[in-house]
Amino acid sequence: MLLEIQGLASHYGRIQALDGIEVRVGEGELVALVGANGAGKTTLLRCVSGVQPATAGAIRFDGHDITRMPADRRVALGIAQVPEGRQMFGPLSVEDNLRLGAYRRHGDDVEADLARMYGMFPILRQKKDLPAGTLSGGQQQMLAIARALMSRPRLLLLDEPSMGLAPLLVAEIFKAVQALKDEGTTIFLVEQNAYAALAIADRGYVLETGSVVMSDQGAALLADERVKEAYLGL
Amino acid sequence: MFAEFLQYVFAGLTSGAIYALAGLGFAIIYNASHVINFAQGEFIMIGGMSTATMVAAGIPLPVAAAAAVLVTMLVGVALEKFAVEPAKGADVTAIVIITIGASIFLRGAAQVVWDKEFHALPAFSGETPIAVLGATLMPQSVWVVGVSMAVIALLWWFFNRTLFGKAMLATSFNRLAAQLVGIGVKKVLMVSFALSAMLGAVGGIVVTPITFTNYEAGIMLGLKGFSAAVLGGLGNGLGAIVGGLVVGIAEALASGYLSSAYKDAIAFVIILLVLFFMPSGLFGKKGTDRV
Ligand SMILES: Nc1ncnc2c1ncn2[C@@H]1O[C@H](COP(=O)(O)OP(=O)(O)OP(=O)(O)O)[C@@H](O)[C@H]1O
Ligand SMILES: [Mg+2]
Repeated sequence: MLLEIQGLASHYGRIQALDGIEVRVGEGELVALVGANGAGKTTLLRCVSGVQPATAGAIRFDGHDITRMPADRRVALGIAQVPEGRQMFGPLSVEDNLRLGAYRRHGDDVEADLARMYGMFPILRQKKDLPAGTLSGGQQQMLAIARALMSRPRLLLLDEPSMGLAPLLVAEIFKAVQALKDEGTTIFLVEQNAYAALAIADRGYVLETGSVVMSDQGAALLADERVKEAYLGL
Repeated sequence: MFAEFLQYVFAGLTSGAIYALAGLGFAIIYNASHVINFAQGEFIMIGGMSTATMVAAGIPLPVAAAAAVLVTMLVGVALEKFAVEPAKGADVTAIVIITIGASIFLRGAAQVVWDKEFHALPAFSGETPIAVLGATLMPQSVWVVGVSMAVIALLWWFFNRTLFGKAMLATSFNRLAAQLVGIGVKKVLMVSFALSAMLGAVGGIVVTPITFTNYEAGIMLGLKGFSAAVLGGLGNGLGAIVGGLVVGIAEALASGYLSSAYKDAIAFVIILLVLFFMPSGLFGKKGTDRV
C-alpha cells in the first residue's frame, strides 16, 4: 500500500473532525472519497499533507511513518495536494506558481516538466507571465493541478477540483484526472460530485461526520441504494 | 533660497535612506509572519556599535563592517529562534509584545557589552563637502544613499530572481499553499529575520559617521522605520522605500523651515495621520510587485 491510514483522529480545538479513519490507497489506484458538507474530507487530506495535526492514529506512506513529519518533508517524499479553493500565489506569475510547485526538486529537469504542463493545459502557456490571481476559476484549477504535478508526486491528493466550475470545465477537469490515472499516477480524489468521482474511481470511501461508513469498488458504491439516495440524488 | 531647500532635501534623503532600510526590515518580517518586529531599531544600533568598536580596535573598516553585519544577522536569527519561534501559535499581538521585550533586552545587553557613551566612526571617504547647485553634500551622505540603493537592488534580485526569494514571497501570499508545495515556512521565518537584521545593520553602519551611535540609538531610528513601513502600506517593499524617503524629507523640511524641535515629531504625526485616514498606507494591499 502506498498510503495507509489507521485509526486517524483529528481535532479543531475541542471539536473532533475525524475519528477512527481507516483508508488505504494502493500504487496506481484512483480512490475517491465522497461525503456531505462538513463530513471531514478536507481535514483528512490536510492530515495526509501534514498541515493539520493528527490527534490519534497513524499515517504511513510507502512504508514510512509520516504521522508527525513536517509538511515540507512529505512533499519531498512524493505527496502533493491540490487544495480546496485552489490557493494560488495570486500576485506571482503563472510560471512562478509552476516553478514553486517543483520547489522540492533539485537539479533534474524542471524545464521539461514545465513544457509538459503547458502541453497538458495550453491556456497556461498563453498566460504564463500573468499574475495567477487574474486567471478565471477554471484556469486557476488547471494551474493548481499543474503546480501539484510539478513536484512529480507519487500520490496526488485532489480536494474538490470541480467545485464552482461550469459543467464544460468540470468535464475537462475529470478528463485530466482520468488521463493522469491512465499514466499511472496514484490519486486520492475528494469530491462532492460523487457520481463523477465514483464513476472514474477504482475504489471509494464514504465519509459521514468524521468516520468512514462505507467502502467498496467505485462501481459497487455507485450501485448502492444508500449511496444513491444520500449522495447521488437518485 | 533653492540652495537652502536642496540642502534640506539632501539631509532628508540621507536619513530617509536609513528609514527605508529599516522599513524594509519591518516589511520582510511582517510578510513572513504578520509580526511587527519592534527590535528592528536595535539591529541598526548593533550594526553601528559593533563596527565602531572594531574600527576603534584597529580592524580595517570593510572587515569590521562585514563582521558587524554578520553579528547582527546572528542576533536576528537568535531573536527568531529563542523568542519568536517558541511562541508560535500564540496570538500575533503577543509576539509583537515579545519583540518589544526583546528590544529592551538588547538595549540592556548593549549597555553591558559597551556602555552608555556615544561611539563614532570616521567618514568612509573624508569630510570634504561636495558643492551641488549652491548646496553642500557630505561624501558620507553619498555613501548612505549609494549603499542603500545597492542593498535594495540586491534584495530586489533576491525576491524576484531566486527560487528561495520567490518562495518567501509565496509564503507571504499564501502560507497554506507554500506548505503544500514543500516550502519550509520555519526556514522562511528565520531567513526573514536574518535579512531584516542585515538591512538594519547596513543602515546603522553607514549612518554612524554622521549621527554617532549609542545603546539607545535604535529607538528613534526603529520608530521612524516603522512609520515608513506604515506609510508605505505594511508589507509592501516599494512602499517602505518611498515611505522612508517621505518621512526623511518631511522631517528635514520641518526642522529646516519650522524648528528642529519638530524633527522627531514628524514621524509620529505621519503614523497617526496614516492610521486615521488611510490605514492601508500609500500602496495599500493591491500592489503585486513587492521588493
Ligand atoms: N479551521 C477550522 N476550525 C474549526 N472547525 C473546522 C475548521 N475547519 C473545519 N472545521 C470543522 O470540521 C468539520 C470537517 O470539516 P471539513 O472542512 O474537513 O469538511 P469537508 O468534508 O471538507 O466539507 P466541505 O464539503 O464543505 O468541503 C466540519 O464540522 C467543520 O465545521
Ligand atoms: Mg472540504
